[in-house]
Order: sequence, then C-alpha cells, then structure tokens
Amino acid sequence: MLYNSYFKNPKDVPLLLEKIEKYTEQTGPVRLMEICGTHTMAIARSGIRSILPDNVQLLSGPGCPVCVTPANMIDMILDLSQRPGVLITSYGDLLRVPGSAQGDCLLARRAGGGKVESVYSPMDALKIAEEHPETEVVFLGVGFETTAPGTAACILEAASRKLNNFSVLCLLKRTEPAIRSLIESDDFAVNGFLCPGHVAAIIGADGFSFLPDDYRLPGVVSGFEPGDLLYSILELIEMLAHGIPELKNEYTRLVRQSGNPAALALMEQVFCPAPSDWRGLGLIEDSGYAIREQYAPWDAVKKFSLAPAGEKEIPGCRCAQVIRGVLRPAECPLFKKLCSPDNPVGPCMVSGEGACAAAYQYE
Amino acid sequence: MCLAMPMKINKIDGSLAQCEAGGLTQDIRIDFITDPQPGDYVMVHAGFAIEKMSEKEALENMELLEEIKNAL
Ligand code: SF4
Repeated sequence: MLYNSYFKNPKDVPLLLEKIEKYTEQTGPVRLMEICGTHTMAIARSGIRSILPDNVQLLSGPGCPVCVTPANMIDMILDLSQRPGVLITSYGDLLRVPGSAQGDCLLARRAGGGKVESVYSPMDALKIAEEHPETEVVFLGVGFETTAPGTAACILEAASRKLNNFSVLCLLKRTEPAIRSLIESDDFAVNGFLCPGHVAAIIGADGFSFLPDDYRLPGVVSGFEPGDLLYSILELIEMLAHGIPELKNEYTRLVRQSGNPAALALMEQVFCPAPSDWRGLGLIEDSGYAIREQYAPWDAVKKFSLAPAGEKEIPGCRCAQVIRGVLRPAECPLFKKLCSPDNPVGPCMVSGEGACAAAYQYE
Repeated sequence: MCLAMPMKINKIDGSLAQCEAGGLTQDIRIDFITDPQPGDYVMVHAGFAIEKMSEKEALENMELLEEIKNAL
C-alpha cells in the first residue's frame, strides 16, 4: 500500500531534524510524552531518540494497557483462574503479567492446572464458549478506547446468541481522565503530548482538544511510522516555539476530527463511565468502563461476585513511576540486573508495549 | 498488546469481511465501519476494523511532507 510505506522511509529526515533544531533554539529543553504502547515501541524501534537534539526528551506515559492494570486486579484474575469450570481467555500479553508476587502469572497458573487460553480477538473467546457449553469462559477485556467498541460488539453478540457461559471481565480504560490526573499531579513536567492515533480513530482528534483548551498544552494526534512521529514532534516543538498551543491531527489518513460515530454508539450502548484503578495513578473517577446493568449476565464481576483485594506493589519494581514518566526505565535499580524480558519483575518489562521492554530491546 | 494493521477488504458477508494484507487472508469484523466496500483499506485491531483509511488524506499527508522539504 503506497501511503504506509512512504512514512516508513521519509527521505526528508535531515530536513525535519534541521527544523526541530532551529525551533529548540527558541524553546530551550523540551519534554514530550507519548501515551500509547504502540508509540512507545515505534519510537524505540525507530531510534528517533538518538537522532533528536539532546534537549528534546521523549517520555512514555500511561499508554500500555497491560502495564496500567494494577497488581491487585491481576491477583483477582489469578484467583478466578483457579475456580473449577472456569476458562480464562485473554490477549497474550496479560498472561505473563505478575500479580503482587513475582513470577505468579496466568501462564504459571496454567502450568499448575488452571485453564487459560490466549486469543487474538474477543470473538475467538466467544467461539470457544459456544464450542464448550460446559465451561464458563471469561474474556479479560483489557485496553483503551481502541479495544472498547470490539469488546462491546462481542457482548452484544453474546447477548443476541443467549450465550450464558460467556462473560467479560471489563478492565477497559479511558485515556482522557488519566491524562488529566497526570497533568494535575505535583511532579508533572511535560511540555506537550503525542496523542495515540488508534484511540483517536475511535474518539476523534477532538477527544484530545482538552489539552490546549484546559491546560494550554500542545497535542498532536500521530501515526506510527518514523515519518509520522518525527513530523508530529516537529509540530509540537513548533507550537511551543510560537507559544500557541493547539491540538493538531497528523494522522489524517485514519483519524477523523470527531472519530467513528458507529463505534462510539456501540460503546455508549454497552458501557458507562466508571471509576477505575490505575497502576501508578491510583483510583481515577470516570476513567474506566463498566458494563451496563442491562448486560449484567455477561459481566464477570457480577457473575462471579469479584472484588479486588487491597493494593500491593511488587517489591523493588518502579513501574508506577515509569508509567507516570517520572522515571526512565534505566533509572530503575533492577533494570537489566534482576529484571529482564526473560525474567520480568514488573509489567513494564513483560508487555510487548511496556516502556522497560522497549528500552531493554532497543536502547 | 495488539498490533494494529492496515488490511484490504476483499469480500463482505454481513458484519464479517474477508480481509487481506501481505498475502495473509483473515476474517475481520466490520460492525462499526460505515458503508464498507470491497477494495477499501481498513485499520484492524484485535479482530475488528476500527476505521477506514483514506487514500486522499494519505496523499495530502505526503504532500505536507513534500512541502516542508521544499520550504527549506
Ligand atoms: S525495570 Fe523491571 S522492576 Fe524496574 S520498573 Fe521496569 S519492570 Fe519494574
């Protein structure tokens, strides 16, 4: 496909860099944050950090859905996996995330006899439920607004097929309340945001206009190719140099200004905003999605009367600070010593989109 | 967690579409794509098409990059 490959190999990188350098002479040191696991990986893989001027720092925020799921939620899921007749289905990444005890994850529980299956789509979990009517199939609905409409469609499908042995443990999160909470925290020190392109495909570029409107911070909705990222970084720094913060959309080949109305309608039908607990950020009002009462038979929380235990952190792990962009992975004392992708201590090293895994692999 | 991938729609059957990318064919849900047509490109995430990709906008994106180049 012609247009995607173009952004993979932008001939004009030196020219974009020249402009970035010129603007940073006016701005001084600049700290930019991305809030999407796919951006974290794309930035690390592209080597952009090493070609940017020294006074431009790129930080990873709470953009990896697996990483922001707190340890007590994982503990609750681990307990559920031990119940007789229950099969846990999940995107692969979550299977290796430890709860509050190092190494205790769904994969380890499977080795101990728990029933756990990795799936690519919630629809695959639904199919398993249909084929095994004697098994209670629980799908772990983790992710941000990008995954929410598919999860909603899956719940509607289960309802229309009257599939009584299927339910969703809804761990979905909303980006805006989390970013607001981060901005309003005491140690916040970021000058602009690279906004997540695939979240924006659903909620629209307008979903991030609160950045300039309420906080006078520039934001650019960005695609994922090196050309997209560099151009978006240039736009952020240009806005900072001119002192005019706006919300711009660089990813116009996918993202509409007001998002995908059909997807938003599906989410509205099935979910309502609810308080949600984030690793690193704590409990944030309206930052999650709960399944509406009407679909309670497919809500695993209600079906199995689930409640998370108190919050416990993994000893020594600094994921909470890494997720908030306060600490770079290399600044964690365990990084590359006791903690590696083969022997991960925290979720940021487990997840394919975690900041620690990205730094381990590429920096 | 789940990589998003652009795919091309080949055939449509209700809310399912047979999509293709890099020689790989897969059945993808298109529940929330407005007016999907064979030949359309969609961005696929966790088994669902999340939005159509616009060729016109892609070309404009490229022109923008060309402009910066020429301005320098
Ligand atoms: S390096 Fe390991 S222990 Fe340290 S913050 Fe990252 S995941 Fe946690």
